[in-house]
Amino acid sequence: MFVSKNRGVITILGFITIFTIFICATAYSESGAFKGSIYNPGKLKPIDSSLKVKIGDKAPGFTLPAIDGKNISLNQFRGKKNVVLSFVPAAWTPICSDQWPGYNIAKEIFDEYDAVLLGITTDNIPTLFAWTNAMGGVWFPVLSDFWPHGEVADSYGVLRSDGISDRAIFIIDKNGIISFIDVNDINVRPRLEVIVDELKKLKD
Amino acid sequence: MIRLRRISFIVLLLFLCSTSLLLGAEETLKVGDIFPDIEFKMPGKSEDKQYLGIGGWGGFKIADIKADVVIIELFSMYCPHCQTEAPLTRELYKIIEKDKKLEGRFKIIGIGINNSDYEVDFFRKKYEIPFPLISDQENVISESMGKVFTPHYIAVRMVDNKKPQVIFSEMGRLEDPKAFLDKIFKLSEEK
Repeated sequence: MFVSKNRGVITILGFITIFTIFICATAYSESGAFKGSIYNPGKLKPIDSSLKVKIGDKAPGFTLPAIDGKNISLNQFRGKKNVVLSFVPAAWTPICSDQWPGYNIAKEIFDEYDAVLLGITTDNIPTLFAWTNAMGGVWFPVLSDFWPHGEVADSYGVLRSDGISDRAIFIIDKNGIISFIDVNDINVRPRLEVIVDELKKLKD
Repeated sequence: MIRLRRISFIVLLLFLCSTSLLLGAEETLKVGDIFPDIEFKMPGKSEDKQYLGIGGWGGFKIADIKADVVIIELFSMYCPHCQTEAPLTRELYKIIEKDKKLEGRFKIIGIGINNSDYEVDFFRKKYEIPFPLISDQENVISESMGKVFTPHYIAVRMVDNKKPQVIFSEMGRLEDPKAFLDKIFKLSEEK
């Protein structure tokens, strides 16, 4: 009798969980370009990491492989370019697939403010290659922080407990100093003007 | 007793399943429906207001647009297909403006789903979009229509005292602007 009751309760709890996942899985819009290929993780804890750097700090250096087979180091831009780091959680997920394609048509904004954009996830190279190809290719370097897993994300303090990164933007000036940090709710795409406004300040 | 409990559990489970399916379903606008009575922010540019035939204080609704047929493009600056087909939407506008039987009667408006004013404006400048684009930053469209896959085209015709009745609503790309317009024109003439 007790066993059967407990089992029933567990089953009901299970169903309630599924039910909750169903109604929470609502991104407002999604590009039709990826329809059928996007894995929906449902609504996630907005931020699941804690920053290890702050504005005014020297940005932690790194060298990561890009999808074109080259390695990119942060220090190669020192004295030459402002750097915008865009960490996104994972390839083939709802909001991320609707974030970089926007930056992809905004190259002139980055050029205007003498900035480079580096896209980073903790996915491996083949996954990032296939995903960005589905976007039609992107002009900016896409870097894989897969191995040692999430090391760069962790050095900035944006690595989540499940191994993906938070949705974060870091802007680093030509002297290698962090001038802007935005760790966004993982379920929400940051506005383009957030980056533009900050780049404007660096120019002034 | 145990059996009774089991049955009631099963009934409860079935109920939970069915509600979750209903709530999880994507509600989209159907042909024949009246377009939701949503208020949008008034466009900032005077030529946009002039084109749409709207004015005054506050916002505007699709029903306020001075037209027999309104083609609504739901897009996003972040959507690759919307970017690729921006030139086709320009073409669509051009064909309408050159066609004596459509000009003034058919209007186009683009709504940037979950886009900010800045993002919509960036898209407009980048692709030199000649018709009004407005932002739906508060996601009012998705709240009344369900999740939107962009691009999505809706056409409404004004019936019974300016009610916008949906005559077309489909997700997907605009492949041939001329063929698309012919289709919308035919649908708008149907009794």
